[in-house]
Amino acid sequence: MFDTDLKSAPPVRVRDLTVAYRETPVLWDIDLDIPEGQLVAIVGPNGAGKSTLIKTILGLVRPASGTVAIYGQPYERQRRLVGYVPQRGSVDWDFPTNVLDVVQMGMYGQLGWIRRPGRREREAALDCLEQVGMADLAGRQISQLSGGQQQRVFLARALAQDARVYFLDEPFAGVDATTERAIIDVLRELRARGKTLVVVHHDLETLREYFDWVVMLNVRLIASGPAEMTFSRETFQETYGVRTAALTELFDAHAVAAAGD
Amino acid sequence: MIPQILHDLLFDYTLRNVALGSALLGIVGGVLGTFAVLRRQGLVGDALAHAALPGIALAFMLTGSRAPAVLMLGAAVSGWLGTLLILRIVRDTRISEDTALGVVLTVFFGLGIVLLTQIQHSGDANQAGLDRYLFGQAATLVAEDVRTMAVVGGVALAIVALLFKEFKLLAFDAEFAASLGFPTDRLSILLTSAIVLAVVIGLQTVGVVLMAAMLVAPAVAARQWTNRLGVMVLLSGAFGAAAGVTGAVISVTARHVPTGPMIVLCATVIVVVSLLFAPERGIVWDAVRRRAMTREALASGPGRTP
Repeated sequence: MFDTDLKSAPPVRVRDLTVAYRETPVLWDIDLDIPEGQLVAIVGPNGAGKSTLIKTILGLVRPASGTVAIYGQPYERQRRLVGYVPQRGSVDWDFPTNVLDVVQMGMYGQLGWIRRPGRREREAALDCLEQVGMADLAGRQISQLSGGQQQRVFLARALAQDARVYFLDEPFAGVDATTERAIIDVLRELRARGKTLVVVHHDLETLREYFDWVVMLNVRLIASGPAEMTFSRETFQETYGVRTAALTELFDAHAVAAAGD
Repeated sequence: MIPQILHDLLFDYTLRNVALGSALLGIVGGVLGTFAVLRRQGLVGDALAHAALPGIALAFMLTGSRAPAVLMLGAAVSGWLGTLLILRIVRDTRISEDTALGVVLTVFFGLGIVLLTQIQHSGDANQAGLDRYLFGQAATLVAEDVRTMAVVGGVALAIVALLFKEFKLLAFDAEFAASLGFPTDRLSILLTSAIVLAVVIGLQTVGVVLMAAMLVAPAVAARQWTNRLGVMVLLSGAFGAAAGVTGAVISVTARHVPTGPMIVLCATVIVVVSLLFAPERGIVWDAVRRRAMTREALASGPGRTP
């Protein structure tokens, strides 16, 4: 199934993917192509398998069946093209290290075994911190960072990977407005440079404002397409399986705004 | 009295071996213990040390030799098997890690005690002193022991020095390391194997029952004083060496003081002082800062803040 023509292959192609933890399926028969150069959101309720989808694409979770290709090739051959921002809560922020050191970890893959980061890596890492607005905190102990600053350090570490397609697991979860602004600016800047960004997202209010493409997921793939066309009352109800008044308002407000245009 | 001990440390055969041996085990335990503690695997060291006991007994039963290299090899193999068993139980069953640790630790230790008792009643004159592996006896260290400890400990330290960057990433963010292509499972096993070496060289001096303290205590104390992993590793090694030498020398010079427990008590003093008085993280300074803040808040008065 792997394309030989790299130019035509999409950044991410998923075929017949099923993932199960013990007997419970977490992802069921997913077929998905993610287009290049777009800001892509993955949305769905808790337990929908959003993080699992990302982790399976990155080879961190072994699928029960199906295949994943990055630009037409298995992930193991394309690691250098991929950047990853895990959930902020997945690490111990009391670990004895500083901001610059964490950002440099993004370059460990390029460095390979045993070689340590040197002057070149240090300068590249500082540049990445500059992009997320944290250059002045390079020497700060990571336990002293706010949640938003932690998130930006993780983003800077992914920038240091110098990838073509980035996967971000809930980068906007529990961050302050400054950080949200800084992150979305960086993501748009990356998009302008032709990068593809796949983001697990929770805030449906900002979905259409931030993203070009939406993947709606609830164990099965509900919909995948351009944000404006895909995120509708129907797909929403199918994904979340609820009809709460507050969330239906989301669409009415949008309909009114659209009518007023 | 102190100058006399310093003189003996250099020139007395027994005391010099005791000091070198316990310094070695302290350094290696402290360095490897740093990674065990940061990966929240302090208890793995405990299970591993207990699991080493049947290996010591079996090595003696099979070879009839008490050569340190032979017994250490037995200890290493059995400690390593115990650790792999824990990892497999956690991965392949629904038994939680603490339960798996408890089961493996007690089963291996029980087996070790049974074998040890068998040996002691076998009438083999050569077996005398195998029981020192329970609580450790530094006075029995001879030059050959120290040489073997230096080689084994050197291997463990070399592994850490070479793969410092990889172990750091593994300890901080294993999933990210895996996404970069580092074989985290194999790195993890290698790190655990290095911890096995650290435990093994401490068994004769500290004993299987308390060896885990030499992994955990120096690392916990070192974390209090620094925010950098490199410094923490060195400091932890130094604390381990200090506790090892002090405890072992006290136990050898005073009569009827078991070495292992004495070393662990010395390490505990370092931990307590560090927990209380380390500049940033110490409990005492924390309390002082908090009181100052409360006083400031009271002085500025209630009505002022909106």
